[in-house]
Amino acid sequence: MRLEKRQAVSPWALVLAPFGAIVFTLAVSSLLVLWAGAPVAPTWGHLVRGGFGSLFAWTETLTRATPLILTGLAAAVAFKARLFNIGAEGQLYAGALAAVAVGGLHGGEGFAAPDALLFALAMGAAALAGALLLLGPALMKAKLGVDEVVTTLLLNFIVLLGVSALLDGVMKDPSAMGWPQSVALKGALELSKLVEGARLHTGLPAACALSVLLWAVLKTTTFGFDVRAQGANARAAAFAGVPPIRTVVGVALLSGALAGLAGAVEVAGRTGYVTLDMSPGYGYSGIVIAMLAGLHPLGVVAAAVFVAGVLVGADTMSRAVNVPTYIADVIVASSLLSVLVATLLAQYRVKWK
Amino acid sequence: MSDLLAILANPDFWVAVLRIATPLIFGTLGVLLCERAGVLNLGIEGIMVAGAFTGWLAVYAGAPLWAGVAVAMLAGAVCGLLHAFLTVALALSQHVAGLGITLLATSLSYYGYRVSFPKVNTPPTIQPFAPMEGLGIPVLSAQTPLTLLALLLVPAMAWLLYRTPLGLAIRMVGENPQAAESQGASVLALRTGAIVAGSALMGLAGAFLTLSAFNSFYFNMVNGRGWICVALVVFASWKPGKALLGALLFAFFDALQLRLQQAGDAALPYQLYLMLPYALSILALVLVARRAAYPQALMKPYRKGER
Repeated sequence: MRLEKRQAVSPWALVLAPFGAIVFTLAVSSLLVLWAGAPVAPTWGHLVRGGFGSLFAWTETLTRATPLILTGLAAAVAFKARLFNIGAEGQLYAGALAAVAVGGLHGGEGFAAPDALLFALAMGAAALAGALLLLGPALMKAKLGVDEVVTTLLLNFIVLLGVSALLDGVMKDPSAMGWPQSVALKGALELSKLVEGARLHTGLPAACALSVLLWAVLKTTTFGFDVRAQGANARAAAFAGVPPIRTVVGVALLSGALAGLAGAVEVAGRTGYVTLDMSPGYGYSGIVIAMLAGLHPLGVVAAAVFVAGVLVGADTMSRAVNVPTYIADVIVASSLLSVLVATLLAQYRVKWK
Repeated sequence: MSDLLAILANPDFWVAVLRIATPLIFGTLGVLLCERAGVLNLGIEGIMVAGAFTGWLAVYAGAPLWAGVAVAMLAGAVCGLLHAFLTVALALSQHVAGLGITLLATSLSYYGYRVSFPKVNTPPTIQPFAPMEGLGIPVLSAQTPLTLLALLLVPAMAWLLYRTPLGLAIRMVGENPQAAESQGASVLALRTGAIVAGSALMGLAGAFLTLSAFNSFYFNMVNGRGWICVALVVFASWKPGKALLGALLFAFFDALQLRLQQAGDAALPYQLYLMLPYALSILALVLVARRAAYPQALMKPYRKGER
């Protein structure tokens, strides 16, 4: 069998492909629900209501979506340049720790500086920490040809161990009764809540603003053009004058910074301090979200809300019905694969010899 | 220093080295086979979890141990078939397809575990493989039959790749699929076969964890071993003999760091020791990167008829 590119790709097909894929995913996941012995339709009802059925559900979904938007953007910009940054998880934790180090040490008072400046410094430190973490693997790829997938993945483990060591040692919260959490971020630096009584915070509009900003950068600036060109065809781009090393470094700094900011925003908006279980795989989910969005920065927001809704809905659903929450991960993973297949089939025809 | 010598002189240390190396040998050989055919199989982490879970579940349900091994290899082969469909038939990005399969296989396994055992706190156990006491060879007798299988698989893989027409065809497909196609070899069939077989080996690696090294399945069991296998293949220059060496070297440092933790004073945080294997893997990658003899067509999607 072989693939033949279609002569005329209907734009409708491209738009409907993801929806068709998600329907297929739900059909397959329904088999899993039946395996758990639960009724199919009420289970999906619980999931949808839990993720999107009330104002509170929406605030929970959007709160969960905030770091996912940022890690999704990190993955999107990196993958667009064919720099496969799988290290967003480690960069997130590094950013969170850096933010707390600047904004929370010295007895929770940070450095002696006005709050606004301190906030900017904390966020900047987080972005810098994430950026530097990705710079190593990116340079190793550019100069030595070392595949960045494995190096960024292995760095995740190293970073998480490093965070664990710091949480046991220097960054430990002395007032937390031995519980391994970091010193708290100074209260005045925390992000304010958007809705009374809910966890939704100003990190969400900030993340959305960053997504628009990234879209503008990729679409209108020279750097954005360089990134897209190098991702499409590195040799042609180099021939056309796109500086390969400088572009890779720029992309790495940007992607790592976004992932680091995701950690900082989580600390400043949701938790207030760093713990080892702060991120239930936001870094890895960001990759799936970026792929679901077709690496488009604006699409990342929609995909992040979708994934967050599924995750939050699954939590609610598992309390009502006896279906384990892992079904959310199954739904997200099979959505990814089926969206890829559906989008491909919209563009290529399968010819059996 | 005397601590180090005491550790190395203890035969239990070398028993641990072989035991830690076994899943790495299986996994590395599996990735090696896929990459020799030109496909990067990033599904290994998920396939190892799937193999660990399905093999263990089969034995828990009453099947004999070797049947559990077969079930695990079958689960790996099925995941490999999906991977081959996505990357070879549909020529999708191998990175994305692999990561998607890792996520899918892992979450399916965890889901299946929770559905099968909803209320347990400690994982239920099975009777694992017994050490091969009857062999009489010093360090090998303390190992289970799966370790012996792993050691025998290395020369078998080398023989397959370098001494059989099938091995030649696989290597050709990994270096220049267009040339292979023009010779009448089916790139689709060869790559699919290599991925399915390699994934079966990865499933076997997972099964070793639940059926031999430990006796139950628990979350985060694989803990990055799959990714380490991917690094080891580069370190091994895609050669089975060097893959064995790489796996043993890695297992050496992994076993060493645990014993150094126990022997050393508590000055250094234990996490630093745990970092050692991962850091060494990255170092190994950097050191061999310059001289890396990649299969030329690795990671390039092949569409028949396209240049």
